[in-house]
Amino acid sequence: MTTTQLAQTCLASEHRALGAAMVDFNGWEMPIRYGSIPEEHQKVRLSAGLFDLCHMGRLEVTGPDAAKWVQSVITNDYDAMAPGDARYTLIVNEGGTIIDDAIVYKLPDSVFLVVNASNRLAVIDWMEAHKGAPDSRLNAALTDRSKDLAMIAIQGPQSIRILPSCVERTDKPLDEMRYYSITAAQVLGKHAWIARTGYTGEDGFEVYLDAEDAPALWRQVLEVGGNRIAPIGLGARDTLRLEAGMPLYGHELDLSTDPFEAGLGFAVKLEKPVPFVGQEALRQRKAAGPSRRLTGFRVSSKRVARQGMKILGPAGEAGAVTSGAPSPTLGAPIAMGYLKTGLKPEELSALKVDIRGNEEALEVVPLPFYSRTRKKK
Amino acid sequence: MARPANLKYTPSHEWVRVEGDVATVGITDYAVEQLSDLAFVDLPEKGEKLEKDSRFGEIESTKSVSDLIAPVSGEVVEVNTEVIESLQLISSSPFDAGWMIRIRMSNPGELESLLSAEAYTEHLKTEEH
Repeated sequence: MTTTQLAQTCLASEHRALGAAMVDFNGWEMPIRYGSIPEEHQKVRLSAGLFDLCHMGRLEVTGPDAAKWVQSVITNDYDAMAPGDARYTLIVNEGGTIIDDAIVYKLPDSVFLVVNASNRLAVIDWMEAHKGAPDSRLNAALTDRSKDLAMIAIQGPQSIRILPSCVERTDKPLDEMRYYSITAAQVLGKHAWIARTGYTGEDGFEVYLDAEDAPALWRQVLEVGGNRIAPIGLGARDTLRLEAGMPLYGHELDLSTDPFEAGLGFAVKLEKPVPFVGQEALRQRKAAGPSRRLTGFRVSSKRVARQGMKILGPAGEAGAVTSGAPSPTLGAPIAMGYLKTGLKPEELSALKVDIRGNEEALEVVPLPFYSRTRKKK
Repeated sequence: MARPANLKYTPSHEWVRVEGDVATVGITDYAVEQLSDLAFVDLPEKGEKLEKDSRFGEIESTKSVSDLIAPVSGEVVEVNTEVIESLQLISSSPFDAGWMIRIRMSNPGELESLLSAEAYTEHLKTEEH
């Protein structure tokens, strides 16, 4: 028998009690699935699912220069946000390539940043290294809240019918919250934050609460939800975000990618009045145009295209897959990957992917593969 | 699910049913449970010659791909094409309708090295730790 060295979230015993298959995710022991991944996926699309997201990084920036500090390292425009707004943003280096993608929240007395589990320490280091010149350091502090503040998400069309009765009070009624906003709340007697954000392409909420209370909230949501909700593992989290065309750091995004080739130009405000790290490089990259572009594909077979697999065109190698999985909604394997720009229509309609020596035809499909506002049924 | 006592097993989770000099091969209930959601199966062609312990195909699930390992050497005389289209036969009926290939054995002595149902169950206990 071996001793695990993996970090445990405050919900680890809940997952084990539910019979989850656990895996190592960036040093955290996390549930990959509780049963069937496609079933968990469909539960979220059709009803509701509950996610333990405690592995993610939660950083709070406080002090008179908090906004200034954040504004100087993110690509989106913090100053243009109203209190209670949430925005998707990138953090890039001087070369304009991506250190992390994050959600930034404008709270009344602080800036709240939610970053990838894999990049939490890198983001902290980066920010500390960019806190102003040595003789004019900014008056602000960055606190890593990842241990004391838990993060639980409820996602799916039934979320709005389940969460309210698990929460004692919210400043803004949950059903009146705009998508991509955050409100103060009282959960299990203590102050908490609830954001209407998510990584599934469905309506839903992410709850930030005292880690001590996370197991009680987890159980309460499952009880109140009954058969309308199920616990969801990282396996379905991945197929859900892939269908929604959402990038994952380490796959679509990394230190060799810039926001424009990833289709994330909307999160880059080059003309924001405050200079930010990477701004000049991004200006140049935007002017030059991308040499490759993130593209959606459907595989014309049942074999699954996966990260790293080469995409081949009539003239040779045309790109590579960054993520792929069977899509429960589309009933076929889907993938995202970088495709070189400048391919002619006849080349685009003759693409293949090399799946372990087997060449399977690829169909280029617009992203996202799935959109809840475009639902036909 | 009862694991049939009259079958032989491999440490890589295949089972073998012997009838004369023909071995029917599939994967066990344990393999099915580990894979969870089957996405694709790749099987050999009729007539292919297989060597014991070599890869005869692969089975893919949402999160992984696993090689299928030949438990005995011989020629593939039949392939269950039904499971290629209907993967759920493998999940619902791994020892029966979910069979994969039939091999005409070239060396039946190889059966001696396979595991009994009991030995396979014991082997699984070591895998779980």
